Amino acid sequence: MTTMDPLLFGDNQFFGVNHMSEEKARAQAMRFQDLSAVIDVLDIAYDEGIRTFMCTTHDRIAAVADHVRADPGRYPDYKFFPGMPYAHKYANAMTELGMMGAIRRFLPDGGLFDAALRGGKALAKKDIDGLVTLLVDAEMTMFRGTSTPVIFLQNVVVDLLLGLGFDEAFRIYAQHVRDAYDAEPGFITMNLPALLDALEKQGVENPVVCSNINKIGFRMCGGVDAYQDALRNRSFRAIAMSVFASGAIPAREAVGWVCEQPNIESIVFGASSRANIVSTRDLVAEFWPERMPPPAS
Amino acid sequence: MVKIGVVGLGKMGLSHVSLVRPLPEADVVAVCDSSGYILSILERYTGVRTYSDFDEMLRGEDLDAVIIATPSRFHAPAVRSALDAGLHVFCEKPFCLDPAESRELAVLARSKDLVTQVGYHYRFVGAFQEMKSLLDAGVIGDVSHVLAEAYGPVVLAPKGGTWRSKSTEGGGCLYDYAAHPLDLLTWCLGKPHGVSGTVLNRVFSRETDDEVFSTLYYGDGQTAQLSVNWSDESQRKMTTRLTAWGTKGRIFADRQECQVYLRDTSEPPDGYQVGWNVRYTTDLTRPVQFYVRGEEYSAQLETFLRRIEDGVTSPRNDFPSAADTDEVLGMLVADAANGPATTSETAAVARAVEATAPAPWPAVKAASRELAAAAAHRAGQVKQRIDEARRRRKA
Repeated sequence: MTTMDPLLFGDNQFFGVNHMSEEKARAQAMRFQDLSAVIDVLDIAYDEGIRTFMCTTHDRIAAVADHVRADPGRYPDYKFFPGMPYAHKYANAMTELGMMGAIRRFLPDGGLFDAALRGGKALAKKDIDGLVTLLVDAEMTMFRGTSTPVIFLQNVVVDLLLGLGFDEAFRIYAQHVRDAYDAEPGFITMNLPALLDALEKQGVENPVVCSNINKIGFRMCGGVDAYQDALRNRSFRAIAMSVFASGAIPAREAVGWVCEQPNIESIVFGASSRANIVSTRDLVAEFWPERMPPPAS
Repeated sequence: MVKIGVVGLGKMGLSHVSLVRPLPEADVVAVCDSSGYILSILERYTGVRTYSDFDEMLRGEDLDAVIIATPSRFHAPAVRSALDAGLHVFCEKPFCLDPAESRELAVLARSKDLVTQVGYHYRFVGAFQEMKSLLDAGVIGDVSHVLAEAYGPVVLAPKGGTWRSKSTEGGGCLYDYAAHPLDLLTWCLGKPHGVSGTVLNRVFSRETDDEVFSTLYYGDGQTAQLSVNWSDESQRKMTTRLTAWGTKGRIFADRQECQVYLRDTSEPPDGYQVGWNVRYTTDLTRPVQFYVRGEEYSAQLETFLRRIEDGVTSPRNDFPSAADTDEVLGMLVADAANGPATTSETAAVARAVEATAPAPWPAVKAASRELAAAAAHRAGQVKQRIDEARRRRKA
């Protein structure tokens, strides 16, 4: 079983994603327009001991992967935790092209899919398995030759499938990620308790699941109590995101609360400056002293 | 347990199925679509019953309600069938392409005491709800103007082949994007009595509009301006915002936050102060039972189900309210067809008239007769265009 670092570095800040303010989001999008600005921040995080980058499969991440791959001496133990797909790419394509058009646009080889559509027949079961694996492989191309020990399905897709009751997709996905990439399947969700039920029914054992875990219960569907119950009693590997609830909770209070919760393996956070990276790292180290030994000074 | 059928399994339809199925108070028992692939996948993997014919679904299932998420031009006939079958109806926006039909269906639903709702989800965004309650409480005094905007990256090149790229099917920036800020305007200011200077412009699309601009006139001298563009790549996703100016302050809202500036002449409500106030989505958003892509999508369906259970037929986003918005959409289409209200020629005439003032009485009478004749001619032209458009749509 692959171990996960206690702190993972997220990528929302690089792509103009900010759940508090469109203005801040735009300012970040401007600041990180040049790849060098992204790499500078990733380098700071890396040098401060945060060596896992949990990222989407946004086109620009391909350039980050190229950069890391090109310099193994600089990044000997760099890990990517890719999360796929970059959902807005698909959502905007669905508005423009319809669902079938969107799937076709992102398939590397639409042959099988097109044949089924042209033939006017329903997709067979093996075709669905094939479709899922083809889409995963297309998204993973950019990470070839890098270390990707955990591969995530993004929350929009996870929660859409979960709501539809299309739970079997999780099993197909998990199997493919294990077989083809020798990686742990990860799932991002806003509905942790419901997802754990579905994964258990599909026999996906001890899955890595990343969800909002914060003191004010922001985007924790089912409620804080149900999440705490899941953390205590369910068998899964928890990653906490949105720990600060987009800044609604003061940093010390936010980190203190999350680190008190049982069985959280990692925290993912985003930051744009050395000061914020270091202060978050030091706060986590203070509350998780046995997991985050103080850096040698 | 509310038993629901969903027709139209595009982006919105699938999202609705996904949001309703996990709720304990409801179940999606059947779905309907023209695509055999989607139906076969859903049937095999989710166990829901599938139909390719809507009326067959209505006959074959014992439903309480339907969710209609077909391309817009099919809304009206589907809504009518559902109401005739005595079902509560949630219909995607825009409601109907012909405002007269919107009104008629609203009356039909009311006569049968059925719960109706249209998917204007922005009315369920915490920041817009906060703005609306501040406006209702008169916190910024008398509102003189509202700016309503929406921008996003949908059509970025000359291509696209779905119904959304055809205005005759209810596609295009006006029906798809501008309908949202317009509905927020209807919510905040009511129905305008006039619109002017409407532009429905193409940027990349061949058969429909990609940008929409207009000025709207309300009672008491209030005005609003609309600025919408779905060919704006600088936006990561759809961004909708509203700014209101009043005698005692200003309110700005988008999906993330509500920024309020209050002058010292205002009486700030609890939690507000004179000067700047910012409320974020984390404060303003109420938790939902199941989340897929924004609390507002979940909240509007939870509200619809609660209204069915409680037998509340109005007024949140019901058919009469959506019919108001449809009427505004219709006014914009008619106004855009007129082109510019003032041209360099008419401006020259106006200047000449002013220069000869005071005009002798017979000249004034002659001029007013001329104006009346021109207006009648113009109205005839407009009616002709509307009749033509209706015939095309029906065909």
